[in-house]
Amino acid sequence: MEETNKAVAQPSTVGSIRVKRGLAEMFKGGVIMDVVNPEQAKIAEDAGAVAVMALERVPADIRADGGVVRMSDPEMIEGIKQVTTIPVMAKARIGHFVEAQILQSLGVDYIDESEVLTPADEAHHIDKWAFTAPFVCGATNLGEALRRIGEGACMIRSKGEAGTGNIVEAVRHLRSILGDIKKVTQADQAELFDWAKQLQAPLPLVQEIAETGKLQVPLFCAGGIATPADAALAMQLGAEAVFVGSGIFKSEDPAPRAKAIVEATTNFEDAEILTKVSRGLGAPMTGIGMDDIDVKLADRGW
Amino acid sequence: MQGAFALHQEALHRCGVESVQVRNADQLLSCDALIIPGGESTVISKMLKANCLEAAFAAAVQNKLPMLGTCAGMILLANEIEDGTPDQTSFGAIDIDVTRNFYGRQVDSFESAIELNVPPSIASKLETEAQLHAVFIRAPGVSRVGDAVEVWATYDNEPVLCRQNQVMVSSFHPELIPEDDRVHQLFLAVANQ
Repeated sequence: MEETNKAVAQPSTVGSIRVKRGLAEMFKGGVIMDVVNPEQAKIAEDAGAVAVMALERVPADIRADGGVVRMSDPEMIEGIKQVTTIPVMAKARIGHFVEAQILQSLGVDYIDESEVLTPADEAHHIDKWAFTAPFVCGATNLGEALRRIGEGACMIRSKGEAGTGNIVEAVRHLRSILGDIKKVTQADQAELFDWAKQLQAPLPLVQEIAETGKLQVPLFCAGGIATPADAALAMQLGAEAVFVGSGIFKSEDPAPRAKAIVEATTNFEDAEILTKVSRGLGAPMTGIGMDDIDVKLADRGW
Repeated sequence: MQGAFALHQEALHRCGVESVQVRNADQLLSCDALIIPGGESTVISKMLKANCLEAAFAAAVQNKLPMLGTCAGMILLANEIEDGTPDQTSFGAIDIDVTRNFYGRQVDSFESAIELNVPPSIASKLETEAQLHAVFIRAPGVSRVGDAVEVWATYDNEPVLCRQNQVMVSSFHPELIPEDDRVHQLFLAVANQ
């Protein structure tokens, strides 16, 4: 990257809040896909993914295999970086700031401090302000989202329930976050103190939401998207982009499904296009009901 | 279609201009000017194809529809893309060649002051011979500037804001600096010429 650093000749700042949140703005209206090898990364890019998430196993397999799940091997992440020109994201365990340091040094474009991996710290998340690489974090409600933003997250995604192919949890999380934002904007000054207390969130961030009516960073949907209709549902509910994990590469025919989900995300309000792209995609991933899971990944995170 | 379209709409709103999001040919035909936002240029290319917008877009370029392309948008409006993907199209609306991710990956992305140098005839009321604060995100660079192209801003002696007739392009993201709408105002001045 030496030749790209012509930048240093004039005073310039890397890793500022605008630069980190800015990349999330560029993902809006797009699909970020989980991939486990360079071949899948190529399929994702060809289908029109705005970014890929490099990981060793998709959440559905993580769920099936069990055990401690860690950051991916740097070699595997580099392999994916080499085959694609779009941004590459990777996951670090909750609270595992050394994994995050390694990912930053690898030049990963976005770090996901993710509940899909086994948490490394039962009380603390990573101090994300200490990094120039931007972070995305999961949230199930507005309080959790604001705690993560307070720690320096530049993008929030619903947690959903990864690896289930079941959208119900992501819908719950989106409705909860967006519903509470609406309520906060109705509150008067005195009530905002109580909102901050109830949400266990920093007061200045709550006050900012009351003023602007929106989250400080882009809000994306993740966890359980398996069909083009799922993606469009998330977008119509108010998500600004979607993550698809197991939903693509655990389905019968990944490439056309990946493309269909991209088109559905862009044209999320156009029922005619949604109908067209939903046709003949083969079997989606099987999916799991919430009563049939032992470990709820969304409960991880504090 | 994909990218930072909402922030551009907010900037236009602050400038007192109405805007719509363009996802199909009818919407494109209804516009007096078009902004192609930052996003992933490979994705925007693919969505133009998927939504049968390629022909309408090429026609709009032919018909000299005023256009502002920022970052990925600049790539789409250029003549040649170095380092593009094989299926990626550029529409030759402005006579420049571009290099994708010229300024590196996200860890190299930066914000900095850039030197603005716009002829006063364009927008006499704006502070156009001053500095502008610019945010570069996995930004493309301009590798060749055609004779008819005016360079309106440079960073480290590299062109980062260019104009040819009704078309303007920037490597950086003016929509990420809501305090300063000068680039959007310049585009409106260009579009109204």
